[in-house]
Amino acid sequence: MNGYEVIHEKSPAFYDRYERKGELQQQTHYCPGCGHGIVHKLIAEALTDLGLQDRTVLVSPVGCSVFAYYYFDVGNVQVAHGRAPAAATALKRSHPESIVIAYQGDGDLAAIGTAEIVHAANRGENICVFFVNNSVYGMTGGQMAPTSLIGEVTTTSPWGRRASNEGLPLHVCELLAALETPTYIERVALNDMKNIMKAKRAVKKALQIQKDGGGFSLVELLSPCPTIMKMDPVVARKWVGETLVKAFPLGVFRDRKPELPPDPKIPVKTVAEALEVEEGAPEIASPRRHHTRDLTVKIAGFGGQGILLMGQLLAEMALREHMEVSWLPSYGPEMRSGSAHCHVSLSHERIGSPVISQPEVLVAMNELSLHKFAASVVSGGLILYNHTELPVGFSAPQARIVCVPASEIADRLGSAKVANVVMLAALLEETECLPAESAISVLEATVKNPKLLELDRQAMKAGRDYVDTEIEVGAVSQPDGYSY
Amino acid sequence: MRQLCKGNVAIVKGAVLAGCRAFYGYPITPASEIAEYAALLIPEVGGTFLQAESEVSAINMVYGASSAGMRVMSASSGPGLSLMQEGISYIAGSELPCVIVDVVRGGPGLGNIAPEQSDYFCIVKGGGHGCYRNIVLAPSSVQEMFDLTILAFDLADRYRNPVMIMTDGYVGQMMEPLDIKMRKIEQPEKDWAVKGNAETKKNVITSIFLESDVLEAHVNKLEAKYQLAQELETRCEEYLTEDAEVLLIGFGIVSRVLRSTVDQLRAQGVKAGLFRPITLWPFPSRELCKTAEHVKSVMVVELNTGMMVQDVKLTLNGTVPVEFYGRTGGNVPAAEEVTAQVFARMSALV
Repeated sequence: MNGYEVIHEKSPAFYDRYERKGELQQQTHYCPGCGHGIVHKLIAEALTDLGLQDRTVLVSPVGCSVFAYYYFDVGNVQVAHGRAPAAATALKRSHPESIVIAYQGDGDLAAIGTAEIVHAANRGENICVFFVNNSVYGMTGGQMAPTSLIGEVTTTSPWGRRASNEGLPLHVCELLAALETPTYIERVALNDMKNIMKAKRAVKKALQIQKDGGGFSLVELLSPCPTIMKMDPVVARKWVGETLVKAFPLGVFRDRKPELPPDPKIPVKTVAEALEVEEGAPEIASPRRHHTRDLTVKIAGFGGQGILLMGQLLAEMALREHMEVSWLPSYGPEMRSGSAHCHVSLSHERIGSPVISQPEVLVAMNELSLHKFAASVVSGGLILYNHTELPVGFSAPQARIVCVPASEIADRLGSAKVANVVMLAALLEETECLPAESAISVLEATVKNPKLLELDRQAMKAGRDYVDTEIEVGAVSQPDGYSY
Repeated sequence: MRQLCKGNVAIVKGAVLAGCRAFYGYPITPASEIAEYAALLIPEVGGTFLQAESEVSAINMVYGASSAGMRVMSASSGPGLSLMQEGISYIAGSELPCVIVDVVRGGPGLGNIAPEQSDYFCIVKGGGHGCYRNIVLAPSSVQEMFDLTILAFDLADRYRNPVMIMTDGYVGQMMEPLDIKMRKIEQPEKDWAVKGNAETKKNVITSIFLESDVLEAHVNKLEAKYQLAQELETRCEEYLTEDAEVLLIGFGIVSRVLRSTVDQLRAQGVKAGLFRPITLWPFPSRELCKTAEHVKSVMVVELNTGMMVQDVKLTLNGTVPVEFYGRTGGNVPAAEEVTAQVFARMSALV
């Protein structure tokens, strides 16, 4: 070539030789006259012009361009059918400095991948989507695409696409232009040099926008598929210009940076802070051990009575006393039906099943729970019932029943909310499973509102006092007069 | 330092300590809590949380983030896992590491949101297409939810393969003491990843190999990894198995019930023991064979109609009679119920 001035050469964004291919390493696998070759060239040249090659990650789809990574000397990720915008989203967010391109065909983007493209566009992902629309599935052998024209004969529309059966061709640019977030949407065609130069500018503009952090851009490229169309390459191009362009009007559908409302500020935490671990806090060498004892408790009542919280307080107390503990809430739809219960196991040994079918203690915060669960209490167990007396005709002869009107006491203290704390105090006093001061320290650590904390202190005292003064040792208010 | 922590929260905390800075998910009961907690914690430590438009998108975002070299996770349940299976196959085929949690709910179809173990086949045996395996971990306590999540990220990176955590709403909702030992967790250098820079420009992430021999070589390469994992990564726990005559086998929440059952049976003079697989794949076959050498019989208990029991039978290969007891629909048997089942089958078991 001596003596000739090089005025145009292959973009260095392409490999010199396509060594990832087994054979024919100096040509692409695309058919003669295929639009993919042109689109590849436009992208490669734009990457070179903008100096983006090293930063680029190309996401190639399922379709004829599945092997784009044979050609582009950039980072390459090949993805599942239709999911390029999802994968591109995560690639870009993982490395915001990278330039991420989703390269998709019409079946990939406009059929199986409609959800992904709409949502990536709506999130305003800072990626470029190059959407090659040739109105047909090329790689799989010429099936109908969502962009196939009315009357277009394909292997799966043998009489031509029928509007009554398959609907009308899907207009992706128009669809996405209905969203507020995208920055740039344009449809171009690869039918003649003039339009290819327009396409070149559109591709470069999209990449420039991403380089500048400008948001989501999509360029739809109307492209010939001579093989599937059974057309001469020149005729196929002409078909794009005369037929495809009529169905899919060219133009800019969006060209402005969206104005987005400001984001709330997210607090920055260290890992230890996030994990709620006090770094450097000394391990308690010799744990303060009060008298504690193993216990299984079921707490049941209405939602809103602090049932689950009461169980958590009990569990937290046992944790601080270096016991093993499990807390298991009632589960599923029941949570929404107004009832709630939880199981708490306190133990000095490793705990087996957290599901307590036969509790040693039942705390029944309402009558329904008393009826529902009393029979399950073990022989010699304890039932704490939130009332001054048992319902008429009720008995559970295997257990000791103590009536503690926790809700009434809480009302007198000024808040029905602390009925659970009144009952917790009664439970501690009756069972002596854990020291009461442990409950106070847990409340101090968890209740931030000083007024509520004071109320909780009063509730603890009231619950304890009630058991000490109102309940005779060994006395039980069973309707049948039975007493322990 | 011990803290009272919920199982689902412990998973997210384990992920944060393991260096996971990317979570892509989609809400589904009973796994939503993991996404909710990740939404709170992961951005606070500088990571990305994104609620995708579907589980299909979520798993492909996991694919993208993993391709980019991130420690990434997602969490879902039954129906969502079904949708993710194609993506998981791609992830395994492209040799990408990731961690996916399945908080199993009742099925098939919409089923219900209560605990089952009925995803055993679709998680442990594959679910997606092609010759691949998931490494599957089955925690049974809040501490294990945390510890096994960290292990899951290590195994995922070591084998460049998806690692599933198979759990259920009980272990997820349960609160127990969690002991977090703060430490720096080293992540391996991922020189295969595509990071959008000059150093990684040469890399390709793909699972397509058109030529028969090339694909076969790729499948064999994957299989060699799986053989290695079977050799090195089996984990299990045993309780009172040394002199056991009746061996109870269960995983996850069931193993907790069975531990209590063993105590109840022992109290009534039955020499019972518990074998608990922690890795469901690779299944701890060697360990089970050894333990089962001296037992008279085996009873497998699952929250399904009999799935892991197939692996137990394959492992024991007819050497020991194997009984099965299963509950479904969200019914978790009490220890007493299983004890009664053992006694009811005593003639078969002892």
